[in-house]
Amino acid sequence: MWRDLPLFPPQASTFAVREDALFFYLVAVTVVFVALIFGLILYFAIRYRRRTPEQRARHVPEPMGLEIAWSVIPFGFMVVMFVWGAWLFFYAYNPPAGGIEIAVVAKQWMWKVQHPEGRREINQLHIPVGVPVKLTMTSEDVIHSFFVPAFRIKRDVLPGRYTSIWFDATQIGSYHLFCAQYCGTQHAGMTGEVVVMSQPDYERWLQGGGADTTAPAAAGEALFRGLGCASCHAADRPGQAPSLAGVFGRPVQLSGGKTVTADEAYVRESILTPQAKLVAGYGPIMPTFKGLLTEEQLLDLIAYIKSLQPPAGPQAKP
Amino acid sequence: MSTPAATRKHYLNADFSLKSWLLTTDHKRIALLYLFSVLVFFSLGAVFAAIMRLNLLTPQGDLVQAETYNKLFTMHGLIMIFFFLIPSIPAVLGNFLIPIMIGARDVAFPRLNLASWYIFVLGGLFTISAALSGGVDTGWTFYTPFSSIYSTSHVALTVAGIFVVGFSSILTGLNFMVTIHTMRAPGMTWFRMPLFIWSMYATSLIFILGTPVLAISLVLIGVERLLHLGIFDPRLGGDPLLFQHLFWFYSHPAVYVMILPGMGVVSEIIPCFARKKIFGYHFIAFSSLAIAVIGFLVWGHHMFVSGQSVYAGMAFSALSFLVAVPSAIKVFNWTATLYGGAVSFDTPMLYAFGFIGLFTIGGLTGLFLATLGMDIHVHDTYFVIAHFHYIMVGSAVMGFLGGLHYWWPKITGKMYPEAWGRVAALIGFIGFNLTFFPQFILGYLGMPRRYHMYPPEFQTLNVLSTAGASILGVGYLLPLLYLLWSLRYAPAAGANPWGATGLEWQTPSPPPTENFEQVPVVGEEPYTYPTMEAEVV
Repeated sequence: MWRDLPLFPPQASTFAVREDALFFYLVAVTVVFVALIFGLILYFAIRYRRRTPEQRARHVPEPMGLEIAWSVIPFGFMVVMFVWGAWLFFYAYNPPAGGIEIAVVAKQWMWKVQHPEGRREINQLHIPVGVPVKLTMTSEDVIHSFFVPAFRIKRDVLPGRYTSIWFDATQIGSYHLFCAQYCGTQHAGMTGEVVVMSQPDYERWLQGGGADTTAPAAAGEALFRGLGCASCHAADRPGQAPSLAGVFGRPVQLSGGKTVTADEAYVRESILTPQAKLVAGYGPIMPTFKGLLTEEQLLDLIAYIKSLQPPAGPQAKP
Repeated sequence: MSTPAATRKHYLNADFSLKSWLLTTDHKRIALLYLFSVLVFFSLGAVFAAIMRLNLLTPQGDLVQAETYNKLFTMHGLIMIFFFLIPSIPAVLGNFLIPIMIGARDVAFPRLNLASWYIFVLGGLFTISAALSGGVDTGWTFYTPFSSIYSTSHVALTVAGIFVVGFSSILTGLNFMVTIHTMRAPGMTWFRMPLFIWSMYATSLIFILGTPVLAISLVLIGVERLLHLGIFDPRLGGDPLLFQHLFWFYSHPAVYVMILPGMGVVSEIIPCFARKKIFGYHFIAFSSLAIAVIGFLVWGHHMFVSGQSVYAGMAFSALSFLVAVPSAIKVFNWTATLYGGAVSFDTPMLYAFGFIGLFTIGGLTGLFLATLGMDIHVHDTYFVIAHFHYIMVGSAVMGFLGGLHYWWPKITGKMYPEAWGRVAALIGFIGFNLTFFPQFILGYLGMPRRYHMYPPEFQTLNVLSTAGASILGVGYLLPLLYLLWSLRYAPAAGANPWGATGLEWQTPSPPPTENFEQVPVVGEEPYTYPTMEAEVV
């Protein structure tokens, strides 16, 4: 690639390959129609230029078929765009099962990254090549947007809720990470890099964190005990509160008769506004933890709840 | 045909006192008050843009600090959108032409028309005072919770200014709609109206239905910011995406407010300089209404990556493609009008060609953004910046300048210098493409918008863009100079210098205060230029 005048970004993820194929289709349609319109205007304007001041136009019929043709044919090209685009959209925003799950907390003006094995980093994201990586993201303040041009992926990061994005890197290297949603004074400085490493290099890097590498699930367990959650939510003492063992990712029966899937958003809501969705058979006795937990602590608690295996025995199978 | 301009009484020489201008209820004079005001705002917005482009010459952004840069792009957007693009064609050309084109003496509510201008100026003073007292750094989109809680700049004052100026739009839209419904001359049926009137009708519809929603969302920002009632900030129990829904419900239709009037202007210019009836009159007329109506249903395409549901995204994507169809219909009909015409290349026609070309590029690149998967990558990058400048600067400003040149003889009674006009139109077209085409490439490379500094590999394209902007600047400065020159030195234009159809060309230039000496009677469709066949018969 031409160093001083790049014309195309590096293509470093499975999604980037698909995105660029759609891009070239759109460029081709654009070039064809721009050439058609510019060509016709130039041709007509020169062919039918006014040669004498008195010259008059010809009478030209206006066939209905022409109007229909130039409404329907462009629409046909657009139907392809819509279907192709929607298919890619679902691909981009529906992470495959398995793979690495990494938590990202954005704030003015930095990216904080928490790996499941315990390493934390700021404005950097180290990942292995060839493995799907899912990011669960939230913001401490305003709306940010996680954007890696080489992967062609982007999603806004909002306060008060989780959004997620996934990618499967295909090229070892270092790529730009940008905040794409304007977030205040140092918005242009809220950048970083995504470092794609070979699998062995990544394993080595995970070990290199030094002393401060408590795994989020372990940190979450400490919080779970420290905040007194364990006194009610204990797996071996049912009664006051539902057991949390194996609950993550499964449907939960609510008191109103509805069911929800216990995902990150549900666990978060249950900690911050416990009364919002009560589990069937339990009273509204849990206090709120709003304002008592940082976004990182909430993510640690979620990681811990995720790590809880369902109790052994036949009753664990739904 | 007309008596010499020096002795004849018309709307300009009827009274020379300042009071006669500031308290006028003549729609033509109010149009000129607007023309003066929007040009002041355009110059201000252009200066902000120039400083931004200069800052982006270097990757470190050496000229201004981040905070200043953020205020510059915010003020550039606010001023260009709310104080130039939205009022430019409707309040200037629309005000001047709607009554004359339909054969009326004035608009339906002349005093309300004057009030609209004063409200516009009041809103402008609020916004300028916010700029002078330190500025605002939220971006013209005011995204929450940044604008409602976190920004320390003058958000409340600015929002108040935009709130106020919205009423100017609402009242203008109301006035135009009532005028078009009730004041058409005898024989001026709906399908004998010039297409400019149809486009102004569609624009007025958006003004009336959309602007109140903008006003509501701005009030809610003020409420959360000043009273800390939780509406948008999740810490207070609000929903940050709610603001985006409310904001874009107005602001996407507002994009059509900026482009529909330009489409109307082009629909007048093309038949005049091709001396030919416009192709597909009904299709162009109804496509304006279709754009105005469907335009209200596509706001969610600004939120594909915001965390909105993917199914909502699909619906908004489909509707966005649907709204592209009437735009395509217009482009094809304009092009077909040239076929078999007697085409001349006067300045307004060059601007009309520029409009169609740049609108085609801007429209087609809009399809990239309407395509769900594609938008993920190009959203919030320079690709979006390039796209909407092709529509709003490339097309809308070209439409405004084309219209200004086309009706300049009617408005002032003077003919602008044709050679200079052509040169300026060409310089503007070249400068525009040099400025904004590199930004498409920058966007696909991944340069985000609203960055006051950037990685060094983006520098060459940024330098190219800034160089283009300096040429574009010349393209805008030239008309200002020679149009002012023409007021004093140019020859008188005559009632109908272009040999155009339309009622506005049947009254002297400049028109008398009451527009027509006798109420005109309309007996035929618009754009009935004689054809060769008619000559033979």
